[in-house]
Amino acid sequence: MLDASEGYITEDGRKIGGVVMEMKNITLRFGGVVAIKDISFDIREGEIRAIIGPNGAGKSSMLNVISGFYVPQEGEVWFHGKKRPAMRPYEVARQGIARTFQNIALFEGMSVLDNVMTGRLNFMSAGLLSQSIWRGKAEREEVENREAVEKIIDFLEIQHIRKTPVSRLPYGLKKRVELARALAAEPKLLLLDEPMAGMNVEEKEDMSRFILDVNDEFGTTIALIEHDMGVVMDLSDRVVVMDYGKKIGDGTPEEVRNNQEVIDAYLGVAHD
Amino acid sequence: MFYREAGDFKTSYQSDSQTFPIKFDRYRYYVVLVVAFGIIPFIINDYWANSLLLPFLIYAIAAIGLNILVGYCGQVSLGTGGFMAVGAYAVYKLMTAFPEVSMFIHVILAGGITAAVGVLFGLPSLRIKGFYLAVATLAAQFFLVWLFNRVPWFYNYSASGQINAPEREVFGVIITGANAPAWATYLFCLVFLTLCALIARNLTRGTMGRTWMAIRDMDIAAEIIGVNPLKAKMTAFAVSSFFIGISGALFFALYLGAVEVGEAFGIQKSFLVLFMVIIGGLGSIFGSFAGAAFLVLLPVVLKVVGADMLGWPTDIVAHLQLVIVGALIIVFLIMEPHGLAQLWRVAKEKLRLWPFPH
Repeated sequence: MLDASEGYITEDGRKIGGVVMEMKNITLRFGGVVAIKDISFDIREGEIRAIIGPNGAGKSSMLNVISGFYVPQEGEVWFHGKKRPAMRPYEVARQGIARTFQNIALFEGMSVLDNVMTGRLNFMSAGLLSQSIWRGKAEREEVENREAVEKIIDFLEIQHIRKTPVSRLPYGLKKRVELARALAAEPKLLLLDEPMAGMNVEEKEDMSRFILDVNDEFGTTIALIEHDMGVVMDLSDRVVVMDYGKKIGDGTPEEVRNNQEVIDAYLGVAHD
Repeated sequence: MFYREAGDFKTSYQSDSQTFPIKFDRYRYYVVLVVAFGIIPFIINDYWANSLLLPFLIYAIAAIGLNILVGYCGQVSLGTGGFMAVGAYAVYKLMTAFPEVSMFIHVILAGGITAAVGVLFGLPSLRIKGFYLAVATLAAQFFLVWLFNRVPWFYNYSASGQINAPEREVFGVIITGANAPAWATYLFCLVFLTLCALIARNLTRGTMGRTWMAIRDMDIAAEIIGVNPLKAKMTAFAVSSFFIGISGALFFALYLGAVEVGEAFGIQKSFLVLFMVIIGGLGSIFGSFAGAAFLVLLPVVLKVVGADMLGWPTDIVAHLQLVIVGALIIVFLIMEPHGLAQLWRVAKEKLRLWPFPH
């Protein structure tokens, strides 16, 4: 089913392309603690890739490595067929990797609209002078990007709160605004860190629908961490399973479900 | 009742993101401009200019500058006095070295020089934040004052160690020195305040302002979604110091005329401007105006009410002022960290619904 270069066809008939991001033998240590031990996996174009595992397995650390916030001691990150040199997180963002956070990291003092507009920094290049007189390039960029942002606001159905300060929003909406901000960057790879944590069933259904829609309409490649197994199994095309910093499973939801090591990790078995 | 946005529809994104999206606000702004430019210059006298209007205009520029740094970008600075001194000494050196060049250019250049100095002293902000950054900027304050006291080149080797503003003209009208008419100095400062406020507003409603606020609200997340922290913090320091430099230049050249650096630009000045920003409202241009107006007006009102009307001794009135300012700072920090600007916003919100709040 898996072909190294060509991609594959999913169960529901979507075509998955070549490798977008490849992690090669990543090892990440914090002092004596090994958060990630020699993990390799790839993310393919157009797929929804889940990273799961019990608490403390190193999933979020993995996402932080992808988004450039942590620099692994060993291993390489390949993006679009090129080895990524050591770079600052904002440079990674410029390359087209956007993310949301486990604990919402919105800019509380700004309106929803400003938050989402901040996601479009990659498309803004007007100089200080143009911005200070609000003429020429600055004004043009503001309007163009506002149009793009309004499309995303429509898409995620948050029109009614666009001028509301983020600090006034309830939790579920904040999660949606955060997704909007990440989408505004028009990312090639979208990282979602527990997009459904702390949500009720209805909100989870909404969020799942948005994730599928994003993948379907914009063709965005998505890597997500999630604890709700039902959601993971339904949404994702392929799943990486981590436990104690090691990869213990990788494959389609069906394969992972039947993997003995994964079952042990989740249901518990005596570690010797 | 009067304050409604109902029926005030926007049909383009330009008009939606303008400075005063509500018509009523826009007209009030035009009225203020007309009064400030068209009426006050004709009725102004020396007392009004020197005790109220000039300090208000100049401190408002400084408060806008500091508000950009502290209120919008979240970088605490106690170096305002020092940066104002840089503006003052820069304009002094420029005025004496190039007497024939227009004062407009000198003041703007002084702002530019201060911006460069501000960036230099802003570099620690890349590593440290909060109180530690405040202490680092405090070092800038003391260093700059010391520098201007100790290096005679800065005060042109004058015997007193003071700097005195020579007489200079703009469009044939004297604006510095003892013979400058009140209306001319007032208008000169007003032009700068208007330009500074417009620039500050344009920057803060656009991309630049969003990157500043992103750094202020959550710097790590900001960097991960693509904000270059170096660029954001350095532009904030540069723009902020530019405004503060302009205000320092005007404070020396047009308001005081003669300056002894430790007295005019000491640490008290840093705190005064910081108090203006806190009382007026962090992260608000209007708040900078309100804070400057409040702290300029307060001693005058106290003097008129306390000393002139009630006949209290002047030293009691002066101490009372310190007590009131101190108490107000505490009250604002606890009750309303967003200052007078937030009170104004709440009042507007109430007015919108009045008289039927439900």
